[in-house]
Amino acid sequence: MKNKIDYSSDWNLDPAPESIGHIKLKKKYDLFIGGKWVKPKSGKYFATINPATEEKIADVAEAGKADVDAAVKAAKKAYDTVWSKLSGKERGKYIYRIARLIQEKAREFSVIESLDSGKVIRESRDIDIPLAAAHFFYYAGWANKLEYAFPNRQPKSLGVAAQITPWNFPMLMIAWKIAPALAAGNTVVLKPAETTSLTALKLAEVIQEAGLPDGVVNIVTGYGKTGAMMVDHKDVAKVAFTGSTGVGKIIMKSIAGTNKKSTMELGGKAANIIFEDAPIDQAVEGIINGIYFNQGHVCCAGSRLFVQESVYDVVLRKLKDRMESLYVGDPMDKNTDIGAINSKKQLDVINEYIKIGKAEGAAIYQPKCTLPKKGYWCKPTLFTNVAQSNRIAQEEIFGPVLAIQTFRTVDEVITKANNTPYGLSAGVWTDKGSKIFNLTSQLKAGVVWANTYNKFDPTSPFGGYKESGHGREGGLHGLEPYLKFD
Amino acid sequence: MTEKDYRLSPRVDQVGIQDRVDRITKRSVKNRAKRKGLYMALNMIDLTTLEGADTEFKIKQLCYKAQHLHDSFLGLPTTAAVCVYPNFVKTAVQEVKGSGVKVASVATAFPSGQSSLEIKLLDTKIALDNGAHEVDMVISRGKFHSGEYNFVHDEIAAIKEACGKARLKVILETGELGTFDKVRRASDIAMDAGADFIKTSTGKISPAATLPVTLVMLEAIKDYYYETGKMIGMKPAGGISNSKLALQYLLMVKETLGGKWLSNEWFRFGASSLANDVLMQIMKQESGNYQSKDYFSKD
Repeated sequence: MKNKIDYSSDWNLDPAPESIGHIKLKKKYDLFIGGKWVKPKSGKYFATINPATEEKIADVAEAGKADVDAAVKAAKKAYDTVWSKLSGKERGKYIYRIARLIQEKAREFSVIESLDSGKVIRESRDIDIPLAAAHFFYYAGWANKLEYAFPNRQPKSLGVAAQITPWNFPMLMIAWKIAPALAAGNTVVLKPAETTSLTALKLAEVIQEAGLPDGVVNIVTGYGKTGAMMVDHKDVAKVAFTGSTGVGKIIMKSIAGTNKKSTMELGGKAANIIFEDAPIDQAVEGIINGIYFNQGHVCCAGSRLFVQESVYDVVLRKLKDRMESLYVGDPMDKNTDIGAINSKKQLDVINEYIKIGKAEGAAIYQPKCTLPKKGYWCKPTLFTNVAQSNRIAQEEIFGPVLAIQTFRTVDEVITKANNTPYGLSAGVWTDKGSKIFNLTSQLKAGVVWANTYNKFDPTSPFGGYKESGHGREGGLHGLEPYLKFD
Repeated sequence: MTEKDYRLSPRVDQVGIQDRVDRITKRSVKNRAKRKGLYMALNMIDLTTLEGADTEFKIKQLCYKAQHLHDSFLGLPTTAAVCVYPNFVKTAVQEVKGSGVKVASVATAFPSGQSSLEIKLLDTKIALDNGAHEVDMVISRGKFHSGEYNFVHDEIAAIKEACGKARLKVILETGELGTFDKVRRASDIAMDAGADFIKTSTGKISPAATLPVTLVMLEAIKDYYYETGKMIGMKPAGGISNSKLALQYLLMVKETLGGKWLSNEWFRFGASSLANDVLMQIMKQESGNYQSKDYFSKD
């Protein structure tokens, strides 16, 4: 294309690495059960590595059946003897204390998060950790106001909540789970994802420091097997899971016929819709933020882009140009926009989908950026010439891969956007308010962003339609799954 | 040929602009990149004095400073230009002769622009006859708000014609335009009418230049370049007084328009006090310590 913007320059930023000397990490982590660090009865440990360097950071315990039993027992005991008897006001004090401690240690948390997960320090510093603290603050406020939150419904806590969190926003998802559970009066057994256990274990230290009664929060580490033992445990009253739709289905099958309540926050394949009357430059920024935020490891990522045909050329041109100015590389560098893929396993999945996209006849585009030699990396990628029936347009890739289609009319794009088994989120870009309201009411998605994308707030509920899950996290709605009503 | 309807200029989303600016202000410019950026910034300054109290001596001092920013330190660039009222152009041209520093003159009934085209043309002619290399004109904001876009366009075109080879900077006075949509519209009009540069502000109205408004204008320049292949320069003016902010502007230019725009041919700062702060930062980089402000001459 003529008149191309050339983003190369002889003025280039020098490395601006975040210092990591101040963080305190142990070489080996045990399980956090009943307020104490205990060695796993399984005797097993596994390594957690830095995906940007492939170097081991620490060893983490793998909880077996006996360990999960001990954790649930500790949680049950804490629930029966302490936590369920405590007033909302007192529960709130503990949660506020946790929130403040997270804020105080925010820098340490964000550095550990970036080391362990590969996400860029700018995001862990400015989004993940501050939002995690904000969730604790927000739900601390609800702890003594449950009767007002649900007037005339006599809200009561459930008991022990088994919570399983994903690797894409490790600390933030833990906050989404623990904060409302505690505010509602439940106790917790939580398992972080196996590739990103460290911030959860750091949080255990904060919980100790906050003086939370022993056993109110128990953190066990391990793989999917450990999670399954938690879900199946007879003393668990509530299961909260964030992860893939595949695993979500397994969990739902295993708790079918029991009394266990559940919240499932699963996959997505969101439509990000650009109309011809949109503010184009900001929409392009929104496309970038929608799909390349956190390397595309985002369940609500705007992975299907729909562009109205009349502005397709200009949007594509600007998008490609903008991709050239993204910094890809060291997650610890404050200027990096796109960091490392979380694991080798996930990189293989993404590369497989890129292969599928090419085989399906879609046209691939990647910017010129160079990638580090060690570690797991994927260039920001987009596919054009995509059909609705392509697998890259239907299946969740969970990586920095965008599938672009065009549309002509509003009705057409609504049909296409809803034509997916998922229904977690969507984006609408237009200067016309009435069009926004028309789409928000017709899109089958839990969250619809208008003229922005990937914005989160503790007061705003989040969750999916269809195979994206059920139950809401965040906001007043996020309390309800942790309560029963007379 | 049908006339272009500037009401159809691309829309701008304020929240999105602010988000993008926030990303840029979080970038960290260190070491060599910082030094190079600071030198670049110095060399992009239009050292400005536009006061009712300006005198020949004040102008001479300004011109000397433009060429000798801090002589005790070797290897510093000059500023790009000095920017003065038309009646001081002759003096300024003499003072900067042979140094490569340009003389920019404000014109067209600066700063309000509330006058007839005849006066504005004459104002411009006086500046040019006295040897101005560049003309900084103001648009008729009143006419713009009345929706008389053709009037605004034709006025700019007439001044451009009068400028001949002198480069024309068109001041939109964004602080009076109200919305980013209007800033975008005014940018499009100015570029279509022949502006070589678009410039945010006179410095007489608050707010003057801001990062968000500059981003809106840079995006207009980008679209114009896509469409025509013609490069248009950008000059934020007023309110840019520290190095950190200056570097953020430069990063914004780099990430919006690319490296080609990073020279004083295509980017300028309209500023009076920025130079000293940049000098202080350069000294800090050299010596590791901040020096007293009094080590740097004010004028």
